[in-house]
Amino acid sequence: MAYGPHTTEDRARMLAAIGARSVDDLFADIPPPLRSSGLNLPPPESEAALSARLRALADRNRVDLVSFLGAGAYRHFSPAVVDQLLLRGEFYTAYTPYQPEISQGTLQTIYEYQSLMAELTGLDVVSASHYDGATATAEGALMSCRATRRGRVLVSRGVHPHYSETLCTYFAGASLTADEIPLVADGPAAGTTDLAALERMLADADRPVAGVVAANPSFLGLIEPMAEIGRLAHSAGALFVSVVEPVSLAVLASPGEYDADIATGDGQPLGIPLSYGGPYLGILSCREALVRQIPGRLIGMTTDVDGKRAFVMTLRAREQDIRREKASSNICTNQALCALAAAIYLAAIGPHGLRDVAALGAARASDLERALAVAGAPRLHPGPYLNEFAVRVPGASRVHARLIDRGILAGLPLARAFPDDPSLADALLVCATEVTTPEDIAAFAAALGEELAGAAR
Amino acid sequence: MVPQDLRYTKEHEWVRIEGDLATVGITPYAAEQLGDIVFVELPDVGRTVTQFSAVGVIESVKAVSDLFAPVGGEVTETNAELAGAPELLNSDPLGRGWMLRIKVVDHAQVDRLLDQSAYEALISEA
Repeated sequence: MAYGPHTTEDRARMLAAIGARSVDDLFADIPPPLRSSGLNLPPPESEAALSARLRALADRNRVDLVSFLGAGAYRHFSPAVVDQLLLRGEFYTAYTPYQPEISQGTLQTIYEYQSLMAELTGLDVVSASHYDGATATAEGALMSCRATRRGRVLVSRGVHPHYSETLCTYFAGASLTADEIPLVADGPAAGTTDLAALERMLADADRPVAGVVAANPSFLGLIEPMAEIGRLAHSAGALFVSVVEPVSLAVLASPGEYDADIATGDGQPLGIPLSYGGPYLGILSCREALVRQIPGRLIGMTTDVDGKRAFVMTLRAREQDIRREKASSNICTNQALCALAAAIYLAAIGPHGLRDVAALGAARASDLERALAVAGAPRLHPGPYLNEFAVRVPGASRVHARLIDRGILAGLPLARAFPDDPSLADALLVCATEVTTPEDIAAFAAALGEELAGAAR
Repeated sequence: MVPQDLRYTKEHEWVRIEGDLATVGITPYAAEQLGDIVFVELPDVGRTVTQFSAVGVIESVKAVSDLFAPVGGEVTETNAELAGAPELLNSDPLGRGWMLRIKVVDHAQVDRLLDQSAYEALISEA
């Protein structure tokens, strides 16, 4: 079956109308050495055969493992209502709502998403969303530079390494600097952002700081002293960018509560499947005073000529397609479908449900900590965590590989995230959520215990 | 009708020089082209600006335009009314819609500006 809309006759008529002999003529401006020399695809297959081939490829993914992996993307239960509503044609294939008169439904769903994120983050303005937590964090850092007209940002080592790397990529292009705030090496605050070091870095009068970026919980799962970090940042005239995980906001203090100026994060935990790394959902929010600095789309509420409530894209003149090189960002899109999934998830589960998800995950994580300690893998850090933490495992990378053979995905070997840090070479970052069962935990602990005992022999 | 005591930039700013002080705004023509103005971003008082550099931003419902300094010098004052009433640029661009004041460092820079007949010619050609 041909899926293209044009027949050979259609094409011939179009070519005749514009005076071209063939479709190839339309590419005449591209120098011959740069033209494609054919795609070398295998011959066509029937739909049944092709489906079978793709299924065989998909079967090579390990989806059978009992997983304790977090590190920025989390396993949660997504109620069926999320997918069922997403699949509606009005949502699934809707494009950008440039014309409000025919897009009120789409605009309202994005407005609801923004409103829900404003409630969770405790801040005033939320953008219609960005690609993922990493780009949202980079944008938040750039906002702090624009708003303060300073060129230096401090990023805690506790922020997800992928987010920091992305931030540095954005900064390199803009000739801005990002310096890392170290973590406390030992004592009760080990593994959290080093406040004394932060204070010293902020005191450099020759290099004023535009923004301080810290995550709560941190990449290592630890609860960070966000109010203190914010206070130090503000004393030095810098803005405070807090990186957050949305489910945790049901039980932890929100960025608004500890005076953050900007909050960023990834909305994947809100009803969006893991999908081998994406698409995910970049959350970006800020105080009202920064509303003209926030990049990305903004949906607003107004009234139409008949006085009826209506939704529109607002502050459009700031976007890249109009402001061009003077725009605050290149972005002029959003993750509409993922934002909708998050909004449906939150509406379905409600504030009490979200609190239960977070609390259940924390309780399971506590059980996991106990079980792993008994199995010979104690926690690396003493401070409080929510549902993710690091444990000491000698030969962590090797043990991790052997546990996969035994059907268990034992979190993330921290050497992969911090290859230059010998103190993390023998550590695994593990996580539990509301879908982690006591049987999963028992299986993990038992297998780990056997591996460690076997290695000791 | 274009007032006679002002000088102009090609970017449609007007400037009135009184001694060492230059008062700056945008022309009625510019305000009309921009449409309803919703937000104005002005430079900080105390900042030193150079002639023809972009020192602020004027945002309307359909466009965002840079504000260029007609002369160089230190910004001594900005119009605080514009934060709450940006529409003054549309209703009274030559009066209450004044935007900032600059302490002039080099009066010779004024020679690079358009006089009223040159500016009238510019906008009638457009």
